[in-house]
Amino acid sequence: MQIIRSRKKYDVAIIGSGAGGGMAAKVLAEAGAEVALLEAGPMWDSEKDSEMFTWAYDAPRRGAAIPERHFGELHAGLGGWSLDGEPYTTAPGTEFDWFRVRMLGGRTNHWGRISLRFGPDDFKARTKDGLGDDWPIGYDEMAPYYDKIDRLIGIFGSNEGLHNEPDGIFQPAPEPMCYEHFVKRGCDGLGITCIPSRMSILTRPLNGRPACHYCGQCGRGCAAHANFSTPSVLLPPALETGRLELLTQAMAREVTTNDEGLATGVSYVDKTTGQERHVRADIVVLAASACESARLLLNSKAPRHENGLANNTGNVGRYLMDSTGTDALGYFPQFEDGVPHNEDGANGNHMYMPWWRDNRELDFPRGYHIEFWGGRGMPRYGFLNGIEKTPLGGGYGQALKDNYRKMYGSRIGFSGRGEMIPNEDTYCELDPEAVDRWGIPVLRFHFRWSEHELLQVKHMHETFHGLIHELGGTPLTPMPTAEEGYGILPGGRIIHEVGVTRMGDSPRTSVLNAYCQAHDAKNVFVADGGPLVSQPHKNPTWTILALAMRTSEYIAEERRKGEI
Amino acid sequence: MRPNGKQMRRREALALLAAAPIASAFACNGAEVARAQRAIAGAYVPRFFTESEYETVRVLVDILIPKDARSGSATDAGVPQFMDFLMDDQPERRTPMRGGLSWLDAECQVRFDRTFLDCDPSERSGLLDEIAHPERARDELSHGVSFFNRFRDLTATGFFSSKMGVADLRYMGNEHVTEWTGCPQEQLDKLGLS
Repeated sequence: MQIIRSRKKYDVAIIGSGAGGGMAAKVLAEAGAEVALLEAGPMWDSEKDSEMFTWAYDAPRRGAAIPERHFGELHAGLGGWSLDGEPYTTAPGTEFDWFRVRMLGGRTNHWGRISLRFGPDDFKARTKDGLGDDWPIGYDEMAPYYDKIDRLIGIFGSNEGLHNEPDGIFQPAPEPMCYEHFVKRGCDGLGITCIPSRMSILTRPLNGRPACHYCGQCGRGCAAHANFSTPSVLLPPALETGRLELLTQAMAREVTTNDEGLATGVSYVDKTTGQERHVRADIVVLAASACESARLLLNSKAPRHENGLANNTGNVGRYLMDSTGTDALGYFPQFEDGVPHNEDGANGNHMYMPWWRDNRELDFPRGYHIEFWGGRGMPRYGFLNGIEKTPLGGGYGQALKDNYRKMYGSRIGFSGRGEMIPNEDTYCELDPEAVDRWGIPVLRFHFRWSEHELLQVKHMHETFHGLIHELGGTPLTPMPTAEEGYGILPGGRIIHEVGVTRMGDSPRTSVLNAYCQAHDAKNVFVADGGPLVSQPHKNPTWTILALAMRTSEYIAEERRKGEI
Repeated sequence: MRPNGKQMRRREALALLAAAPIASAFACNGAEVARAQRAIAGAYVPRFFTESEYETVRVLVDILIPKDARSGSATDAGVPQFMDFLMDDQPERRTPMRGGLSWLDAECQVRFDRTFLDCDPSERSGLLDEIAHPERARDELSHGVSFFNRFRDLTATGFFSSKMGVADLRYMGNEHVTEWTGCPQEQLDKLGLS
């Protein structure tokens, strides 16, 4: 089959339209670059396509998962834990679940909007406790970019003066829900820090986008653009420059290189026709999500890049991390016969607990934050499943009907999100045998939690149970045992994969330099979660955005200087 | 108001009698005739459940969630239709459901020499009492317990996510809120948080 080559040579080809890819597209198009942005999925417009305000009873399955949308038929995510024709494999003994969507904007369409800056200690954690590695940059380098994205995208929160939870440029945080007031009191009693959340959801209009209307359905995609997604915030200004070309349904196959080992463009499959195509560009930015970018690099073999592009030292795919995670649930009779009111809120997350302990007093490194949920949400598929396991019991009839009414709004769930130390046994590589439906070799994952993470998650449960007890509730989930890994969720489940194309000063132990530029090819950059050297308990997206902005400004500057 | 199981069977029988000459002409069986009569009457024709399974489901869901002063029963909220759709849509549910309903009938045969539908209310509740409370159910009834847990979950999903159920719970969200005012003072007072 003949490959159709683009007539036009772009300044930059970006692979992936998620957080990093979208930011790169905006910054570079505004800086004057002709940009081609490849997206493996179809166009998706939250204004037209979101199921915002749809009642569960107007959906055939009341919101249940379907093969095409694993998070629910009303959820924005087109994809899930498996994708038709796009397998991945896991090494024997590995449990790893990889969540992927294919759509314009990627996972920014449906993510939780929890937007936490990394703190000064997070960039230099090895210096503190000898584990993992320090970043080649610190908070001082990142702060101006965090400030810029706070202003550009909009975020609510509060300035608390906490050393490692830096202050930001916040819009006012919404008033806590009833159950958040309730939990906060319990936290105060136990000395657990509980402060307003920091979410990229507007509470004041910004740059033509309206404030949130508190429907709590961010996961369905916001039809009003009141929260952050790439299509809501980054693509419109990029498209306005007239220099951005969106190539959707474009599955990248490999980054092509020349005899000097420099990138020359991207080969891809036009999914609508099956046609092989190639887009030429002077600079290539990979932002296909951490593991997909690693996969692309590994699949871009050439004489100068025998192990794959940017992989002369074999670091692509290594240092894979996900957040640690586990959940607990409690039942609180204080909420029975509660006052009916609208408790949807801004994605049900107005308060949270950032890491509050000193690790010198504990048997595990690093920290975790706690997210919690509860209240009177929209009844949907799965409503109060398993009531027979609760103190109210099973049964049938009027007593059961009344018990459901009692339990509605009376449960509070707690989730921990913590920091994993990268280890030698956790990485991804190309599977030597399997390919996807386009013949592109797929990833094989290796994943292992260490004692560090297991003990951290044990502590999460101790905290949850302590809090439930302090609040006068009954746990609905048991204390997990050591045999159960203290309830730690499998790798990948928290959907914060990072680290597989990491930054560093030394090419020996990293893929990219401090500007996310490949050591081995100066016109290749990565702008998703791959470059992150560590993943503190703060979710990665805000840092992905800030880093992508910094990387893109660097690219523009280097281009101006004629360096690339 | 929908007729109860016994009345339905009488109507079915009447329908069968009426259709008998046609039935023999087209070699339809009784169940298919009943299904046709349902369709003609505008009633829901199940895609997955057989007629007798569907009747059993209708009886069971209303035992689980009866009508009361605040809201209707599970059948009033369309739960059987929703369940039938889910059986069609989620194949992994079919055997547990079909098998569970068969288990119920088989257990009734052993105890009372008739199907669940043919039992009277006290016989039905006698059996259900033994599988509705997992913490005190006998081990040898574990399959019935498991079925009833799943069936209860599905009934609750179907009822409380319905329009009737949402109103019953006084869920007040899914609206455009211009100004978020937080927790009502009355609830703060109730929780001792004011």
